[in-house]
Amino acid sequence: MTTTAEAPAVRVERRLLAGPADGRLDSYLAATGRLPEVDGPRLIEILREAGLTGHGGAGFPAWRKLSAVHAAGRPAVVIANGAEGEPASRKDKVLLKSHPHLVLDGLQLVARALAAKAAHIYVSAPSVAGIRSALAERHRAGLDRVAVTVHTAPDAFVSGEESAVVAAVSGRSAVPGDKRVRIIESGVDGAPTLVQNVETLAHIAQIVRYGPRWFRSAGTSDEPGTFLATVGGVVAVPGVIEAGYGVPLGDLIDAAGGATEPVQAILVGGYHGGWVPPDPDLAVSRAAMTPYGASPGAGIVLALPASVCGLTETAKIVTYLAGQAAGQCGPCINGLPRLADTLSDLALRRGRPGLPAEVERLAALVTGRGACRHPDGTARLIRSGLQAFAAEVTAHLAGNCLAAQGTTRGGIR
Amino acid sequence: MTDALWYFARGTGVVTLVLLTIVVALGIGARSGQPAFGLPRFAVSMVHRNAALLAVVMVFGHVVSLLFDPYAQLRVFDLVLPFVGNYRPFWQGLGTLGFDLLIAIVITSLLRQRIGVRVWRIVHWLAYLCWPLALLHGLGNGTDNGTWWLWTVAAICAGAVLVAIGWRVSPSFARFPARVARRVPQRSLQEVR
Amino acid sequence: MSEHRLHIDWTACDGRGLCAELLPEVLAEDDWGYPVARDGTAEPAIPDRLEGPARRAVDRCPALALRLVRR
Repeated sequence: MTTTAEAPAVRVERRLLAGPADGRLDSYLAATGRLPEVDGPRLIEILREAGLTGHGGAGFPAWRKLSAVHAAGRPAVVIANGAEGEPASRKDKVLLKSHPHLVLDGLQLVARALAAKAAHIYVSAPSVAGIRSALAERHRAGLDRVAVTVHTAPDAFVSGEESAVVAAVSGRSAVPGDKRVRIIESGVDGAPTLVQNVETLAHIAQIVRYGPRWFRSAGTSDEPGTFLATVGGVVAVPGVIEAGYGVPLGDLIDAAGGATEPVQAILVGGYHGGWVPPDPDLAVSRAAMTPYGASPGAGIVLALPASVCGLTETAKIVTYLAGQAAGQCGPCINGLPRLADTLSDLALRRGRPGLPAEVERLAALVTGRGACRHPDGTARLIRSGLQAFAAEVTAHLAGNCLAAQGTTRGGIR
Repeated sequence: MTDALWYFARGTGVVTLVLLTIVVALGIGARSGQPAFGLPRFAVSMVHRNAALLAVVMVFGHVVSLLFDPYAQLRVFDLVLPFVGNYRPFWQGLGTLGFDLLIAIVITSLLRQRIGVRVWRIVHWLAYLCWPLALLHGLGNGTDNGTWWLWTVAAICAGAVLVAIGWRVSPSFARFPARVARRVPQRSLQEVR
Repeated sequence: MSEHRLHIDWTACDGRGLCAELLPEVLAEDDWGYPVARDGTAEPAIPDRLEGPARRAVDRCPALALRLVRR
C-alpha cells in the first residue's frame, strides 16, 4: 500500500474497449464473468465514490441522476440512449457493435437497482440488429431479469435529446418536449425515468466489477475515468480512441495515425462544442477546455486543416444545425436560419461592419429560449468560432480570407 | 304579460345575434396577434370572452321567456333536441343546435386550463357553425322575419363577419409575415397541462 | 426561499403577444413576436407585486403556454 497517492494516468488506454471485440456473449463472459448483485443505495454509493459523469454530452454526475430516480419512490423506467444523433460521433455505434454486453450489463444493473418496471434501449438503425441478437443470446443464457425493449432512433440530430428519447420510447415522434416537469420525476407513462448514455452504462458495469478506486486510476482527480473519443478530420486513421480525461490532444491525434496536414484548430465536443487551438499539450478535460468555450462533451475531436477557412466550416455546421431543428419552438426555428445566413454572409465575405455584433445579438437571443438546448449549443459553437477564428473574421470583413491566401498557421503536424 | 314575454324574447334574440357577431369577429381578429378594432391584444381577448358570456346570459333570457310564452309552444327538451318543435320546427331546430353548440364552446373555454389546448381547439372550431345557425334561426324563426329592420341587422352582422374573414385571409393579417411556421407537436388527446 | 417564476412551454407558444402586453415589466418581444425575459433568464422571476398580472397573462395565453411555478 503506497503512502502517497499516485497521480491518475492521463493517457490513451483501453478499458471499455479492452477484451474481445466480437460482440459475442461467450467471449464476453469468459473474459468478464457474470454480473454482481448490487442494490440501489449501494450502487449510488459506488458511483458517487467513482465520480462517474454522463458520457452523452451534458456530463451530469451519474450517481445524482440515479439517486433522484431512486428517491422518487415509484416504479421507474430505465432507457439506454445510444441514438448518437451527432454526425461526427461514432463511439456509441462502435461500443454497441463490439461490446454490447458491457452496455447491457450496465442497463441490467441500473434497472435492478431501481427495481425498474421496464428497461429500454434506443439505438440508431445500424445498431439495431446487433443489439437484438445480443439480447437474444442473453435471453437464452437467462441473464436479463428485467426485459429490454429495443427502439430505433431516427437519424436526426435531436433524436438523442433526453426528452426526445422519452417521447420516442412512449410512441410519439422523437422530438424534445417541455421540461416543466423533469424526466426523473415523470417520463415514460408518467413514471420516474432514467435516461443514460450507453457509454455511461458500460462504465457502470466496469465500476461495479473493478471498484471506484480502479476507475479513478485513470483520468484526473476532478474528472476521473476514461472516455471514448471519436477522432476525425485530417488524421490518417479516423476512429474511436479511448483515453483518460486530461489526455493531451496530441496523444489522441497520434493514436489516430497523426495529422495528415497542418491543423488549424480542433473542434472538441461535437457540433454543440467549441473550437480549440491545435496545441498538442492541451488537455481534453473540462478544466482545460473551458477558456475556449468548449468541453469534452460526447468526446468528438475533429481536426480542421489550415487549408480550410474556419468561418466557412463553422457556417456550414450552423446551416446543418438550423436544418436539424425540430421546428416546435419559435425562437429556434426563426433564429437559427437567421444565424446561419448571417454567418454565411461573413464566410462568403459579404460582410458589413455590424455583422459580428449582429451574430452575437442573435446568438444571445436564441439562448435559453426553446424546449431543448439545441439553440444554446449552436450559439456556443458560433461564439467559440468567432473567438478561435478572430483573425479570419477581420480578414473577411475586409474582403480577404486567410485560409484562401494560405496564411493561416497550422499547429499539430 | 304574454306581450311582454314576446318583446323580451325578440329583443334578447337580436341582442344575442349582435353579441355573437362581435364574438366571432374578435375571435378571428385574435389570431392576428395584432390590436384589432382599436383594442390592444389582451383587450381583444377579454372583450371576445365577455361578449360570449353576455351572449350566454342573453340567450338564456331568450329561451326562458319563450318557455313561458304560450304562443311559442316551446318545451324544455326542445332546448336540447332539434327539429322536434311545434312552432316552425326546422328554423327552431337551427336555434336549438346553435344554443347547444354555444353552451359546449363556452363550457370548454371556461374549463380549458383543465382540458388542454387540443380538445378545446376542436370544440372551439364549431363556432364557425354556431354563428350561421344563429343568423339563419333569427331570419327564419322569429315573428319579425321579413321586417326591414331585422334584415338590416342581419346584413350588418353578416357584413362584419365577412370583413373579419376577409382580413384573416389578407396578407396584412399576420404581424410577422416572415415568421417561419412552427411544427406543432403531437400530443395525445388525454394529455392535460 | 422559493419564489414564483414564469415557465414558458416553447413547444406551445405561438408568439401571440398577449403576455408581453399584460406583463411588460417582465417580458419584451423578440424579432418574431415571441416573449423574451427582460432579466435574461429562461424562467423570469415574478415578484409578489406582479403576481396578479402574471396570473392574468397565464390565464389569457391563447396557447396555454404559460405557467407560474415555484422554484
